[in-house]
Parts: sequence; C-alpha cells; structure tokens
Amino acid sequence: MTEISTGLRAKHQRMVLVVIAIVAVIAAGLLAAYALRNQANFFYLPEQMSANPPETGKAVRLGGMVQPGSLQTLDDGITVAFVVTGNEAATIPVRYSGILPDLFVEGSGVVADGSLQENGTFLATNLLAKHDENYVPRELEGLEQHKSPEQSYTTTMYTD
Amino acid sequence: MIAEIGLAALWLAAALAALQLFAGVLALRQNQDEDGELARLVRPAAMVQALLASLAFLMLMWCFAITDLSVKLVAANSHSLKPILYKVTGTWGNHEGSMLLWVAVMAMSGGLIGWLEKRLPVRTMQATLATQGFVALGFYAFLLLSSNPFERLPIPAPEGQGLNPLLQDIGLALHPPTLYIGYVGLSVAFSFAIGALLTRNVTPEFARVMRPWVLGAWVFLTLGITAGSYWAYYELGWGGWWFWDPVENASLMPWLAATALLHSTSVLAARDALRTWTIMLGVVAFSMSMLGTFLVRSGVLTSVHAFAVDPERGSFILALLAIYIGGSLAIFALRAGTVAEGKRFAMTSREGALVFNNVMLSAILGIVLLGTLYPLLTEAFDIRVSVGPPYFNPVSAIFAVPMFLVMAAGPLMRWREDKPARIQLELAIVGAIILGVLAVVAVLGDYSILAILGLALSAGLAIASFMPLRGRKLARVPLATWGMVLAHFGVAVSLFGMASESAFTTERLSAVTAGESQQVAGWNITLESVDPIAGPNWTAMEARVIAQRGKGEASVMVPQARNFWAPAQATSESALLTRWDGQLYAVIGDSAGVDANGNQRWQLRVWWKPFVTFIWYGGLLIALGGALAIIGRVSTDLKRRRAVLRGTEKRAEAEQLKMEKIDGYGTF
Repeated sequence: MTEISTGLRAKHQRMVLVVIAIVAVIAAGLLAAYALRNQANFFYLPEQMSANPPETGKAVRLGGMVQPGSLQTLDDGITVAFVVTGNEAATIPVRYSGILPDLFVEGSGVVADGSLQENGTFLATNLLAKHDENYVPRELEGLEQHKSPEQSYTTTMYTD
Repeated sequence: MIAEIGLAALWLAAALAALQLFAGVLALRQNQDEDGELARLVRPAAMVQALLASLAFLMLMWCFAITDLSVKLVAANSHSLKPILYKVTGTWGNHEGSMLLWVAVMAMSGGLIGWLEKRLPVRTMQATLATQGFVALGFYAFLLLSSNPFERLPIPAPEGQGLNPLLQDIGLALHPPTLYIGYVGLSVAFSFAIGALLTRNVTPEFARVMRPWVLGAWVFLTLGITAGSYWAYYELGWGGWWFWDPVENASLMPWLAATALLHSTSVLAARDALRTWTIMLGVVAFSMSMLGTFLVRSGVLTSVHAFAVDPERGSFILALLAIYIGGSLAIFALRAGTVAEGKRFAMTSREGALVFNNVMLSAILGIVLLGTLYPLLTEAFDIRVSVGPPYFNPVSAIFAVPMFLVMAAGPLMRWREDKPARIQLELAIVGAIILGVLAVVAVLGDYSILAILGLALSAGLAIASFMPLRGRKLARVPLATWGMVLAHFGVAVSLFGMASESAFTTERLSAVTAGESQQVAGWNITLESVDPIAGPNWTAMEARVIAQRGKGEASVMVPQARNFWAPAQATSESALLTRWDGQLYAVIGDSAGVDANGNQRWQLRVWWKPFVTFIWYGGLLIALGGALAIIGRVSTDLKRRRAVLRGTEKRAEAEQLKMEKIDGYGTF
C-alpha cells in the first residue's frame, strides 16, 4: 500500500473535512439569510403598497380583501378587475387574466402574486384565494372575522 | 365494538413499546447476551407490537369502511354516500387517522427489523430496538392522550360531515401511505445510528446491515414525493407541480438527508470512512421526518395537509421533537468522540466526490429548512413574510449546480485515490455536451438561466450516468451498479422534465363559445359543448373539448368544474392528454358572459407542457434504481455470508484434521 499522495495524517484529514463542511454550511446559511432579507419585502398589504410601493415589475405578493362591488369581468371574458383593501383606507386596483380560484368572491380574502405596473395597477399572475368557507390565507389572518364554531370539525386547507 | 378493539390494541401496542424499551435498556446495562431473560423479550415485543398497531389501524379502516357514525372521527370526516374507495382511504385523510398510520408504520418497521435482521451483534440490535421502542412510545402517547382516533360520540351523528373534496381522489390511496412508509421508515436509520453509537459499533459491517433499510425507506419516500407532486399537479388545476409549500418542503428535507445518508453509508460500507458523518446523517434524516410531522400536524402551517388546528397537539409534538432530536444530538455529542477515525482518502477520489455531494445536499437541506422556518420565526415578531420560488429556486440552485457536475464525474472515479487525467476523455465528452446544449438553448430562445442550466446539466448527466458501464461486460455488472446507473439517469430525466416544463410551456387562456376553436403550440382546441352532470356526491359543469394536433387524430378532453355538497366546496377537475413529448392540460372556468351574438361564453385555460411527464418518470426511475440496489446488495451480502460461513466450517474441519494428526503423532 502506498501512502496517499496528499500525505495528510488521519486526524488532519478529519479536521479538513469538518472545516470544509462547516464552511459550506455557513456559506449556505449566510446566502439564505441574505436572500431571505430581500424576501421580507415580498409580501405587501394594500396600505404598505401604496405608502411604499415596490419597484414596478418586481415580483411581489399582495394580500387583502376584495372590495365589495369592485369585481368586474372585462369584455374579453377572461380578464377580471377588482380592488383590494386592507385594514386602512388604501386600495390597490388589481387585474388578473385567468380562471378565478374556487370560492373567489367579493368581500373575502385574496393573496395575489404579480407585480405593480407603472400606472399603479397590480397585475396578478396567480391568485390564492380561500378554498373553503373556513380557510383564510395565513397572511390575511386578523383581517376578517372568519372563525366559525364548527371550524374545529371541518378540514382546512391551502392548495398552494 | 370494532373501535374498542382498535383502542385496546393501541394501548397494548404502547405497553409493548414500553417493554421493548425497558427490556432493551436493562439487557444493555446488565451486559447480557441474547440468552438473558429480558433480552429474549426485545425481538418478540417488537414483532407483536407491529401486529397490534396494524390491527388498530385495520379496525379504524373498518370503522371508515362501514361508516360507523358513532365514532367521532368517522362522523367528522366521512359521509355515508361517499364512494367506498374514498371511505377507506379517508382513514388517513384526517389528523388522527394519519397519526395512527404513522405509528403503525413505525411499529411495522421495528417489527420487521426485529423479525428479519439477524446480522448485527446482539447488543447493537438490542440498543436499536430499544431506541425504536422509545421513539414509538412518545407517538403512542401523543395518539392516545391527545388524538384518540377511536373516540365515540355520546349520540351517533345522523350523517357524516364528509371528506375534503380535494382529497377525494385516487391520489389519497397512493401518496400518504408510500410517503409515510418512507418518512417513518427512516426511524430505522435513526435507531440503527443510535444503537451503533451506544454500543460503539460503527463499522463497515454495520453500514452494510443498515444500507438496505435506508434504501427501502428512501425508495418509498421517493415514490411518495413523486406521487404527491403529480397529484397536486392534476388536482389543483393550476398547472404547477411543485409549489415550495412548507408541507412539500417537509417531505423534501428528509429526502435530501436520506439521499446524503445512503451515499455516505456506501462509503462506510465499502471503504470504512465517514463513520461519524454517517451516524450524524442517520440522526438528522429522521429528525427531519419528525420536524416535518410537527410542521404538518401541529397546525402552525395552514395547509391542505394540516387537517385541523389545535395548539395542544402542537405543543405535544414540539415536546416530543425536543426530547428525540435533543436527546439524540446529546448522545451524538457525548459519543461521537469514541468513534474511531476511519480510513483516509484523497480529495480526488470516489469518496471525495461523495463527500462533496453530501456537503452540497446538506447545504440545500439547510436552505430549504431556513426558508421553511423563516416565516414562522418572523411571525413571532409580527412581521408577515411569504417565502416562495424567488427564494428557493435560485438559492438552492447555487448548490445544486456544482452537485450535478460532481455527480456526473463521481461514479467514474476510483475509490481512495484517482487522477483526473485518467478519466479526462469522459469528462471532456460530458463537458462538451453540457456546454453545447447550453450554447444551443441560449441562442435559440429567451429562457430563464435556471431552465437553460437545467437542460444542459440534464443532457450531460444523462450521458454520464451510463459511463460507468463503459468497457464492462453488461451481463456481469452487479445489480447494485445498475441501480446506481438507473437512479442517476432518473435524476437527469427528472431534471430535464423540470427544465423543459419551465422553459417551453405555452399557455392559452380565452373565453370561448361552443364550437369555437383556438390554437396552442400546434394543437387545435375546440370547445364542443358544456353540460351539467352529476356524480355520487357532486354536481359539475363538464366541458367537451376536442384536441387535434396538426392533421392527427382528434381526442376528447372533459375538464369539469365540480361542486361538492358534503362539505360544500368547488373544485376544478383538470383534463390531461398525454403524449410521449408532453402533456396537454385543460381547465374549464366560470361562465364568461355572452359574446356579441348572445352566445354563452366559457373560460377555458389550456397549457401545452413539453416533456412535463419526465419529471415523474424520473422519480419512478430513481425509485426503481433504489429497489435494484436493495436486491443487489442483500443478495451479495447473503452470498458473502454463506461463503464466509462455509469457509469457517472448512477451516474448522481442516483444523480438526490437523489436530487429530498432531494428536496421532502425540501418541507416539
């Protein structure tokens, strides 16, 4: 048996491996922390979006309530326009082309993936709405009274 | 009566888990061998516990099958008019039932090793089974004290409340059981690791024993994730196959850890290196399973999988988590120093490549873990954050790309030490393919960087995965090597499907009247009619869509928008048309008013997803590769053991002859 060319003693090799592993995991951690800090701006309530709008075109998430009376289908039959409100007066107009999620109705919560356009409209690429009577997207808890007595009985779900 | 039998069986099983723990611990402390009275109890306790836990699970299944509405769980989650398949699969479509499945799988894994595994030293085996009993005991307590599935209602309900319609699908029959077998099967790796650590028996022999069990759990985990991904893809009607949802991450994290584990187990078995690291991964893999159970079952996440929210249960699982993960890490910290240093190897060797990829897998695991837990942490400070694909995709790719590159080269390298120059031809071929595809795709279209990288890497990896077979007689290649080749090829196939889906998918959304046609990616799509129909527990609007590719044969697709009435809920049933090079995916939406001529219009959304099916074919190939590796490893190991046994017998005989001769001389 020839000696391994690196000539490392056993103890040293173990140390080198441990150091490499630790460096890689710390690098992953730092990278994740850095990326996650940017992600903190990923979710917006309407009042946050109007007070401190994200760059136009940047992919963000908007969450709020669909204002009653604001939902309308445009002439092409596939684009819907509605207004999202939060706890305060601020409102954000939203446009979405697509099939509305099941149980998407005025006066209930919605989370929209998309980006803010230059004209101040939020162009949604995906809508996460509530998928049964008792479910509220996590980001929207506290925005509406949703607790019902039989909730503990019923299954809740989140399809995303 | 049925429910009471189930409950009694569950209590007895819990008692046997306690026996298994105490008998194992006492036997270890008293330094007894297998002949000790207590020590003899450990194996049978594990086996009977498995039978009782399975019996309890079957009893619950029975209650669901006959819709016994005096059982609270059945009344809350089933309905007498549900199709029988969904009555039975509904057994695990709720919190209590799925936890019962959890402990049943846990008990069966323990019973299986108690029954079949005869290769380990007695003391290590006792410590392993005691650990298995200890973990099971905590989850029995959880089930019996805070989530009793057999609880009766004082007055039987007149009718059940029904099962979540999204779960009323064949996917519920496949996804949870396979996933749980994998998820909880990893408990075996955990118990083996702790057992070996406690009895200071971290050897290649131990790794060879543990390997098939880890592989088995990993195969089922792979199948479970694959099935779950396909189910989400066709059931949710959004055309996506992976959402980086916390519950998906909860299944991905144990898979990443188990993948690293089975590779480091191979190094330990073949080369007697990476001893501590393998033990560490064994502990981490099942810890991830338990963390996933906590995330999914405690209600901290709102999700289709978090059937109901109950803070008491959350704290219970959190306490179990603290005991098991904290305890095992403490044992690891105390005992890791006693594990002797393994063999050395050069950085450029098979071991080196495996170590690199183990570190990369761990880094990806860390990234997914942080991204999953971060929203929970910020919520404690009242900041709401969504972490989604913009985080997970690029950040995990930073580690996945080098991992795939090394994965292409690793299997070509020799153990212990190798010179890159020896395999430079192979490396050049793979490198040229990757760069070639990269250039061609980047020039041809405007795709995302990740998609281009994915396509290039998958091409290189697909070729590289077969290179270890080059220059070998195919008939004489060991089964385990075929397993590795297939599994690595499966990764390439899956990666290709993912990249192709994200790069080339075309989508068409429109409001159409009956008879109107539209085009998507060479397909001619005609909405023929939309009619109301009724199913056993739902009504629906069903569209008949005619899809024709070029001048080819026309096929009918029938997407539905369903309304269930127990519980009242609407779902979209997508329609899929599968071709070898992709899938056509159609969803029908709401009525979209009338057009200028007064005809009714409907929203129709159609995707053409080239090669999307390869994602799941790849998953199946990976699992098949794992299965081949198990068969190969177990059969060679058994052969080797028989040979060794015969060898010892022969030697003993020869020895005897010699002794007789010497004796013979001695008489002179």
